[in-house]
Amino acid sequence: MNDKKYIIAGLAIFVVLMTFPFWFNMGKAAPPPEVILTPKALAAKECVRPTALMRVEHQQLLDVWRDTVTRDGRRIYVNEQGKQFNMSLSNTCLDCHSNKAEFCDRCHNYASVSPYCWDCHIDNPKENK
Amino acid sequence: MEDSRRNFLKIAGISALGLGASPVLDAFSKEEGLQTPQMIQGEKALKATHWGMVIDTRKIHSSEDLNPMIAACNKIHNIPKLETENHEIKWIWAEAYHNAFPEKETNFLNERLEHIALPVLCNHCEDPPCCRACPTQATFKRESDGVVMMDFHRCIGCRFCMAACPYGARSFNFRDPRPFIKETNLEFPTRMKGVVEKCSFCAERLAEGKLPACVEASNGILIFGDLDDDKSEVRQALRENYTIRRKQNLGTGPSVYYIV
Repeated sequence: MNDKKYIIAGLAIFVVLMTFPFWFNMGKAAPPPEVILTPKALAAKECVRPTALMRVEHQQLLDVWRDTVTRDGRRIYVNEQGKQFNMSLSNTCLDCHSNKAEFCDRCHNYASVSPYCWDCHIDNPKENK
Repeated sequence: MEDSRRNFLKIAGISALGLGASPVLDAFSKEEGLQTPQMIQGEKALKATHWGMVIDTRKIHSSEDLNPMIAACNKIHNIPKLETENHEIKWIWAEAYHNAFPEKETNFLNERLEHIALPVLCNHCEDPPCCRACPTQATFKRESDGVVMMDFHRCIGCRFCMAACPYGARSFNFRDPRPFIKETNLEFPTRMKGVVEKCSFCAERLAEGKLPACVEASNGILIFGDLDDDKSEVRQALRENYTIRRKQNLGTGPSVYYIV
């Protein structure tokens, strides 16, 4: 039992090192991102569905849109208010939200997700026009 | 016995109350004038049960006559121009008669056919072998109108469909196509590396009530319409002329017919 002090010192160092990330970052939670809406999006006031729902479920909505458009050929979305939309990420969503860096990316980076929508769908159609 | 009857009546009474209350609660939960979202087909969409094409080769005088339709397709679908032949992306392209119809080659071919090029594209087969080969159902025959479609999102790039297609109508993106697109059409997505692509009979244009881009630019060489409708322009052309289809003996049932 002569090694008692070494073992305790070793354990203490181990615990400090293991918990280092927790106490080092304490009280420094990254602030939630602030998304910026384009003037066009602001003017529209509401998205295809209510904002809260879009924030949480836009990926499910896009998934349903993709399957319905390619497989069933149904391309018009009629929302609760009876308003019609062309079910197209490129031409409807990205037409209003034409600021990918300030709108899409901010949240996606915060949530640490990297969707590959823009590998094919051309972002920012309006600015290039 | 009396006890159980009493219980039965209690439960029946509560159930009746519940059933009666549900429409009332529904009415409260729904605001006036709101409906559940629906997904519908556009009013202007062209409708058919079997889209098909007739190519009148008599109107082709030189291979240059095919350039406008190929250019129109390449432009609206963001098709890259790649130098290496093996990397080429083709939706509609020009082919010599003996390549388009290898089993109909003869030593003494009609001179006109000998000297022109024929437009070839995906045949949108009645029994498409590519769809059988696809392990993810990324390519499929649309039940409603017979178009053989691609869902690029689902394609895993295995290229079984390319091996299965007897017409070479499918191309694989060996490289990222974006740097090789001359003029980008912002309304149509590009593809990414590792995805197979092909002609879709311009499904996105049909949905807006427009004819395929190649048909519009073809100057009457291409005729497009519903093969199931005996009053359509394609059926009239088929009635009046002798037509052939590519590699018909394979049993794929091409929907593209050639007047020779």
